[in-house]
Amino acid sequence: MYDVIIIGAGVCGAAVARELSRYRVNACVLEKEEDVCCGTSKANSGIVHAGYDAEPGTLKARLNVRGNKLMERLSEELDFPFKRTGSLVICRDEEGMPALRRLYDKGIENGVPDLKILGGEEVLEMEPNAAENVYAALYAPTAGIVCPFSLNIALAENAYMNGIDFKFDTEVQEIVKIENGYEIRTGNGTFQTGYVVNAAGVYADKFHNMVSGKKIHITPRRGDYCLLDKNAGSHVGRTIFTLPTKYGKGVLVTPTVHGNLLVGPTAIDVEDKEGTNTTAAGLDEVISKAGQSVRDLPMRQVITSFAGLRAHEDGDEFIIGEPEDAQGFIDCAGIESPGLTSAPAIGKMAAGILREKLHLEEKDDFIAERKGILDPDTLTKEERAELIRREPAYGNIICRCEMVTEGEIIDAIRRPLGAKSLDGVKRRTRAGMGRCQSGFCSPRTMEILARELGISMADITKSGGASKLVVGINKDTL
Amino acid sequence: MESYDIVIIGGGPAGLAAAVSAKRGGISSILILERDRELGGILNQCIHNGFGLHTFKEELTGPEYAQRFIDQVEELGIGYRLNTMVMEISREKVITAVNREEGLFEIRAKAVILAMGCRERSRGALNIPGYRPAGIYSAGTAQRLVNMEGLMPGREVVILGSGDIGLIMARRMTLEGAKVKVVAELMPYSGGLKRNIVQCLDDYGIPLKLSHTVVDIKGKERVEGVTLAEVDQSGKPIPGTEEEYPCDTLLLSVGLIPENELSNGMGVEMNSATSGPVVNESLETNIEGVFACGNVLHVHDLVDFVSEEAAAAGKNAASYVKGELRAESARTIRLVPAEGVRYTVPSMIDPDRMDETLTVRFRVSAVHKNCFVSAYMDDERVVRRKRQIVAPGEMEEIRLTKEQLLKHSGLKAITVKIEGV
Repeated sequence: MYDVIIIGAGVCGAAVARELSRYRVNACVLEKEEDVCCGTSKANSGIVHAGYDAEPGTLKARLNVRGNKLMERLSEELDFPFKRTGSLVICRDEEGMPALRRLYDKGIENGVPDLKILGGEEVLEMEPNAAENVYAALYAPTAGIVCPFSLNIALAENAYMNGIDFKFDTEVQEIVKIENGYEIRTGNGTFQTGYVVNAAGVYADKFHNMVSGKKIHITPRRGDYCLLDKNAGSHVGRTIFTLPTKYGKGVLVTPTVHGNLLVGPTAIDVEDKEGTNTTAAGLDEVISKAGQSVRDLPMRQVITSFAGLRAHEDGDEFIIGEPEDAQGFIDCAGIESPGLTSAPAIGKMAAGILREKLHLEEKDDFIAERKGILDPDTLTKEERAELIRREPAYGNIICRCEMVTEGEIIDAIRRPLGAKSLDGVKRRTRAGMGRCQSGFCSPRTMEILARELGISMADITKSGGASKLVVGINKDTL
Repeated sequence: MESYDIVIIGGGPAGLAAAVSAKRGGISSILILERDRELGGILNQCIHNGFGLHTFKEELTGPEYAQRFIDQVEELGIGYRLNTMVMEISREKVITAVNREEGLFEIRAKAVILAMGCRERSRGALNIPGYRPAGIYSAGTAQRLVNMEGLMPGREVVILGSGDIGLIMARRMTLEGAKVKVVAELMPYSGGLKRNIVQCLDDYGIPLKLSHTVVDIKGKERVEGVTLAEVDQSGKPIPGTEEEYPCDTLLLSVGLIPENELSNGMGVEMNSATSGPVVNESLETNIEGVFACGNVLHVHDLVDFVSEEAAAAGKNAASYVKGELRAESARTIRLVPAEGVRYTVPSMIDPDRMDETLTVRFRVSAVHKNCFVSAYMDDERVVRRKRQIVAPGEMEEIRLTKEQLLKHSGLKAITVKIEGV
């Protein structure tokens, strides 16, 4: 019997797990996929929002601003890339000014520091590729960008180091109230627990509704994105938004922490909770709308496109806490934007609730720090030479586009909660994320995975489950 | 710091031929840097035949063709390092590379030959909508899996793009037991060699659908099917023409892109039509002593032409090191691609530096039948070659003589065009 079971190893589940791991507690994270960061957490804008969007007084507003404040220290403790680059909301005519001012006012009320409304000329000085007809912009210097994979993976690894269990390929099918807690039936065994944290992303309504009469409803709201080559990465220096609409913050253009340019998302409500397929219409919309705030976007430099699903709850608000009629069941539901930004704060809030209910005591051996995968590019020439002398695998470049070495890939596989698939390696090391999109490195990464995991090349998957990369050996059906 | 007269970046067909030629040109201090685990480059995975008809007057497989050059490199005692990735080349020709044994190291070169080859265009560059499951490969990646690892990427295959690698893989997958259902090509003509259409598709009854593209990819974990649609003249899918093809694999053969990251890093001037360096008659870039050849310069159709071009680059680099390549004079003549011609390599000619004859290679922008390939010096037509058919998938060439150029004093430009269409 566990004290706590967390459903979902996305960024929220991992943040709750990490905060909970400060205490003496017997807890486990159940994840239906083969790895952490497989749902909404892996396909989003990677933005650390300043916090002016959400209505004052809401959880979204409070947790956004708090999450933003926490991000910097967290990135130092857990060694993931985060840059406070700032953001601009572009307003193109006088008619948009009331909406822009309203954003400013909300930001002030939400406690966002250093907000400023800039005139068009000032904006063009900061961002020469902003739309020529920019009239004004809301500048938020505290906004930033983060690697969503690294944040999620770092939180999970740190939680694991501090004693939280993780079970993958474990899809929750049923949750039943039992005396003193819940029984969770999965495709991979049945577990009993005192408390449940529901961090199931787009599936959070399904699990909530299994235990509570106060039904919630989550709509997967699809966002299509285009990712551009690093050659286009400096087209803008900050995240550029258009004025928000009722469907969200519109199509943004942003540099990524790794130096690419990201354009998106759309906002298309879909039925399928796994409906992460891009559509031609969606991608066209991204391309046409991005041009409203940024000019001369080099769309010929697109290296990949993808779609993610936001978990949009009907009430348009984060649902965090215990439903009145389901004691011991802690929701972290409806976590859409600014969910990534808020995750560190959501983790603290949910863990705080559990600490009080379970009277948890802090551990004295909590390890707050975690080292990420060593990127040889961050070393001096001397340090790098020394590293390769010690570990020759760091001299063997596998992914030539992103210059990822065998040493990094081995680290990604061997470390706690290590990679088991091609995508797992990709999210941890960037091997395959470059301009050739894994054309050259995938057979070599497969080889390293097979060797390290002691399995056959034919059993390597792209992302677990039925996603096998090869189906057999030559002539095996002849 | 180690130093060499000539350092060649890449040990594929271009790098090998350049090395052999430079050595025969009298340079003994040559080093080839190769990122893969063996010399030969992509030829190692091209186990089909058809290589070498021009160079050796016989039909060889890719590995056999490569081996002919590797043997020469060995016999001539040319040095090479494998598993070695070049990270950076400075304008001063200092090369930073990394490998397991030596770690990060620098080499100084008097001349550099860029021979890095090309890579395949990916799905992302085409923005094909749909899911992103396993089972989507570029044709070359699938070729490596099948021919070098013995692994089958899939059983039921749709191929997008009729580039040569796609056509070759249609046959290859069929021979290994897969069912290739269709090859779809966005353009109204194939991007590959005619002989490959006949030998790889027609002979196996594999349909080629011109003016078609993939508009959707189905399957969340592994490909379950793709949707093809016909496209209009601007390449846009025509609603109502969609056809479903159940399959577990989508191979992409949708173009090759010269890999010029290192060239860009050192400030080599690029040609937007080829995505390769701008070169003069000596295959020298805007940086003195830096030469380019093979697919990094422009994508070739036949390896034989790569070898020929690379041999010229190697010879010129040797002349440069020996101080025999004259400094560029002010008499540079531009080569101008005109009607129906996408680009020429080289882009300019210094008649004082050129050999007695010079091969100018180019690609046409559309299929034309019964036309002429022409070159003009000023208003005078100096070349007029009858061609039964020209196509973007096949490289064209003309030869210019030094004599012709010297006859036209004050010549500023040579125009190459397709006539009689």
